[in-house]
Amino acid sequence: MRQKIKYVHRGEIVELENIDPTMTVLNFLRYEQALTGTKEGCAEGDCGACTVVLGDLKDGKLRYQAVNACIQFLPTLNGKELITVEDLKSANGDLHPVQSAMVDANGTQCGFCTPGFVMSLFAEMHTGKTPDRRHIDNILAGNLCRCTGYGTIVDAAITVTKTDTIDQFHAREKATIEKLETLMNEPGLQLDWQGRTYFAPKITEELTELLATYPDAVLLAGATDVGLWVTKQHRELQTVIYIGQIESLKSITEKEGGLHIGAGATYSDAWRPLEKLHPDLGELIRRIASTQIRNCGTIGGNIANGSPIGDMPPALIALGAQLHLRSKKGLREILLEDFFIEYGQQDLKSGEFVEAVFLPHHKPESHFATYKISKRFDQDISAVCGAFHLILNGNTVEDIRICYGGMAGTPRRAYKAEQELIGAEWTDATIASAMLKMTEDFQPLNDMRASSQYRMVIAQNLLRKFHIETTIPDQATRIVGEGGLAYA
Amino acid sequence: MRNPPLSRNVVRGTVHTPTPHDSAAKQVAGEALYIDDIPEAKDLLHLYVAQSVKAHARLTKLDVSKVRMAPGVVAVLTAADVPGVNDAAPIAGDDPVFAEETVEYAGQSLFAVAAESIEQARAAAKLADIEYEELPAIVTVEQAIAANSFVLPSREIRRGDASKAIKNAKHRLTQRFEVGGQDHFYLEGHVALALPGEDGDMFVHSSTQHPTEVQHNVAKFLDLPDHAVTVEIRRMGGGFGGKETQGAWFAAIAALAAHKTGRPAKIRLDRDDDMIMTGKRHDFVITVEMGFDDKGRVSGANFILASRCGRSVDLSASINDRAMFHADNCYYFENVTIISHRCKTHTVSNTAFRGFGGPQGMLAPERMMDAIACYLKKDPLEVRKINLYGKTKRNVTPYQMTVEDNIAPEIIDELEKSANYTARRGAIRAFNKTSPYLKKGISLTPVKFGISFTASHLNQAGALLHIYTDGSVMINHGGTEMGQGLYIKVAQVVAEVLKIDIERVKITATRTDKVPNTSPTAASSGADLNGKAAEAAALALKKRLTAFAAHNYGVTENDITFLPNRVQIGTQVVAFKDLIQLAYMNRVSLSATGFYRTPKIHYDAETYSGRPFYYFAYGAAVSEVIVDILTGENKVVAVDILHDAGKSLNPAIDLGQIEGGYIQGMGWLTTEELFFDDKGILKTHAPSTYKIPACSDRPPVFNMKIFDRGENVEETIFKSKATGEPPFMLAISAFNAIADAISSVSGYQLYPDLDAPATPERVLFAVQKMSAASQPEKITEAAQ
Repeated sequence: MRQKIKYVHRGEIVELENIDPTMTVLNFLRYEQALTGTKEGCAEGDCGACTVVLGDLKDGKLRYQAVNACIQFLPTLNGKELITVEDLKSANGDLHPVQSAMVDANGTQCGFCTPGFVMSLFAEMHTGKTPDRRHIDNILAGNLCRCTGYGTIVDAAITVTKTDTIDQFHAREKATIEKLETLMNEPGLQLDWQGRTYFAPKITEELTELLATYPDAVLLAGATDVGLWVTKQHRELQTVIYIGQIESLKSITEKEGGLHIGAGATYSDAWRPLEKLHPDLGELIRRIASTQIRNCGTIGGNIANGSPIGDMPPALIALGAQLHLRSKKGLREILLEDFFIEYGQQDLKSGEFVEAVFLPHHKPESHFATYKISKRFDQDISAVCGAFHLILNGNTVEDIRICYGGMAGTPRRAYKAEQELIGAEWTDATIASAMLKMTEDFQPLNDMRASSQYRMVIAQNLLRKFHIETTIPDQATRIVGEGGLAYA
Repeated sequence: MRNPPLSRNVVRGTVHTPTPHDSAAKQVAGEALYIDDIPEAKDLLHLYVAQSVKAHARLTKLDVSKVRMAPGVVAVLTAADVPGVNDAAPIAGDDPVFAEETVEYAGQSLFAVAAESIEQARAAAKLADIEYEELPAIVTVEQAIAANSFVLPSREIRRGDASKAIKNAKHRLTQRFEVGGQDHFYLEGHVALALPGEDGDMFVHSSTQHPTEVQHNVAKFLDLPDHAVTVEIRRMGGGFGGKETQGAWFAAIAALAAHKTGRPAKIRLDRDDDMIMTGKRHDFVITVEMGFDDKGRVSGANFILASRCGRSVDLSASINDRAMFHADNCYYFENVTIISHRCKTHTVSNTAFRGFGGPQGMLAPERMMDAIACYLKKDPLEVRKINLYGKTKRNVTPYQMTVEDNIAPEIIDELEKSANYTARRGAIRAFNKTSPYLKKGISLTPVKFGISFTASHLNQAGALLHIYTDGSVMINHGGTEMGQGLYIKVAQVVAEVLKIDIERVKITATRTDKVPNTSPTAASSGADLNGKAAEAAALALKKRLTAFAAHNYGVTENDITFLPNRVQIGTQVVAFKDLIQLAYMNRVSLSATGFYRTPKIHYDAETYSGRPFYYFAYGAAVSEVIVDILTGENKVVAVDILHDAGKSLNPAIDLGQIEGGYIQGMGWLTTEELFFDDKGILKTHAPSTYKIPACSDRPPVFNMKIFDRGENVEETIFKSKATGEPPFMLAISAFNAIADAISSVSGYQLYPDLDAPATPERVLFAVQKMSAASQPEKITEAAQ
């Protein structure tokens, strides 16, 4: 394994060694490189002031994605191209089209969030697509602005994405691809710094070996949770194993009977395949965090961290997902719901890691819905997230799986409510009694996101909403998402 | 471009033009410097402030000896290390920079660590040996009132006999509601960088809206004369009032570290520390009672406005005064009593925030208008109109100021038509009949906001203008730039007066050694005050140049006209820069100061009477919302705004203030919830838990317009009006629209109890309460 990280910046391959492997990209830029254009607004990946763009190769093509530099560790730049707000002006000093659009639209006031917006829009511009207004909201959900009210920034976004704009990054695309290809062929990484060690293996066999040797190592994927251990909890991580360079873990493949999602697949990568399975899965991912976070955060990480308020597990559990756990001893397959034992405790043995989720296809005649309730629609953590999977035989409930996040110490099914429904008619009356049963399933928490009482009412009402949607499909029941009335 | 060719026909960047923000091109390129972007000196010290974890306790032990021994630590600063006065309060002297015997909120600073790196400083701070003896903590307004705990005595404005009028009125209604506070959530947290100089002088870069107050506090803290301390601020990454007083104590800590060690020292709060340690918008518990006739005209109104001030006075006197001054909003209440309680709690000391108490005060009559309309089964707009201030009668406020510039009726009428209010209200009611789970609501609310500091002495400003021999100009003034576009507006004034292109006017950082004894950039007054001061300086130079030119060319002063970048002198036309060069050669001073004091204002703080405001700014908004009554989720889907900017100095900048103000106000009233637990610990101290509006929260339909007949009746800077705060309150329409949607659940029979912010939880519970109450027998009961 190699002791240096290598990445592309300003058209050149940059090599770094003797670095603190848990230094964030943001701190590196600001305090080591004097590149202070990128700002810290929250150090937790929520405000987007730190947005930079990373280039990598996806199916042989150069792909630009916005990420939060504040929670990305420096060695995760390895093998990628880094672009910061300082890099956008042309060689003769002219503003980049994204930058001019922001100036022309009066899209800046205090300006502190501005570099982040510019970088998010730069990444979007490089997709070559023309987003509609709703999608502009998605692109910018992870960039908070406290001054403008966003309208002028949306105007800039519309301007810059409606024309085919060519910039210096397009001009040197071929050279960039060549450099990235060279870097892809480099071996994995081992960085040692003042007692800290960082590994970035390239294949799962290396990973299982490393985990056997360092069973207490922190597994790092998108850093959207682990990054905060450092930036918010100020923890010192001794041994970190980064799985983001293992290509096989990122694959999403259609297999016999279902979808195989590698644990390293990001939300962004999984978005379209899951949306194809069910529009609500697409809407759920749209509402998970922000573009920057979805570009880094992984489905596997959302499961492996064992959070009671992760948004993927309820839907996956309702759909009967299985978890693939791998260690040096081999593969172990369990039901996803069995992985979550209690708060802070998962069924993960020493030396084992989450390799993949297998999501069996639901029957075409089954009904499925998932809802996320939070104070703000976009980029918020759920108070309650509910998922419902129903199979009817006539009007009789043949099977139903109801799973919630935010109602207990783990994502958990409402077994008593389910039992109340299975075999019963799918009617208002049985729904009402299942709603009552839910008080036996859960004693939810009081916290800053919601009171216990509200969580319970929501859990009950979401079941009711699911019933309405399955029985009166024409009835408007949603504010946002496809069919939502907010834009109607 | 730094030096574009001069324009010949029209001066670029004069007043009333949509000139872009002066920093825009730098901001988009990451080149605009904020304090933390200033290159770090290699001997720079980094500071971390250790905080109390208890809301109210006696500090029985504070032993920092282990902290001093920790790696990288250069100095540990406690109250005992303060050479001067351990205080950073704006007025009352009750804000110790470092706690001494007791702590009065969780987050209060105990001591600071100066180390070679921030990581070392933070790690070392954890080694302190601290013991607390916990004392009972008063957290809420109601607890404070029960315990008679106030930071200041309660106050009252009274006209006539409100209680009697209410008693004699045909109808009476009472509402009690709570309105939450708000974190400023400026994207740039508090930061200060102190550089020690010779003679013990101190130079401080501080992210402050009030450099003079920082200067005074640092001097007082270090026991130095004011002249030994210079404070500079080029720009803040947002302020919104949160940097009016709060910056002083961080500047003081950085200065103390620099003073003790002789090394530059920087303190930059991370988001959590910033949100935990610094003050926010006051939350209020409001009770309103009104008596009214069949038409909804109010004959008597009683208001009780009780606010959570936190542990100290800060600006709570003026903030609560302003809440009282806005409990009338646009309405004439013949008999009125407004009582204000300023509660002391063991929470962070609340502070200035855009609107400064006005929004909370204004919410009271606006909710009442709707409640009255619901009760009388009328359109709330009809009730509003019948209560509006008159032009010649019914035009005196509860604090005895005559409203001389009332354009609320015109604005409301124009907006009612342009927003198609009546038809939409009908369509929404029809929609709600057919939609059992999603309900829409609509509301039109006006704003009348008083402009001037109510502390009259603050209504003054100074400016400094230099003309260099190439004809380029430097302008400096006491106002600070936090994104609101003050600097460009003032530069436009200079360009206008001297008839030179805006690029010829250099905008410079605000510094206490250029313009002294300044007022905070607050109360929306930045452009009004500093624009006038800059105009005075520019006019002084113009006059001097005119006199010189007349003398030099042997013409009369009437023969001299300033043309774009040129000067007509008799029959000759001379380039502005040539005239300047000539003036220099003839030993004419090319530097001037300007000063301004707002005229007409006078006000007796004891009796609450006089003219606290030079003028009023007006506006109105229609908001339309949709509410999910199964979950309480809600969203503003359309807004129409008509806002009065007088004769706008810069329509682009003003529209930015209007939209930004509305969205920030909408956040305050919908998603932004400050959650303190029962021990007084703030649990929402980062964007992961505290939710300001995101891009998709901006209503998809957003129509806004500056009132084109707007022109200040007073002699303000080029007849413009202030736009910083007033638009914030346009968002009350969003909150009222949510209430309207909830009311539909009762078939519009009942008006909901709804506290702000209208989170999904509060909305759902309001809906549930309403459905429970709107069983037929209950409605009869309520009507009785």
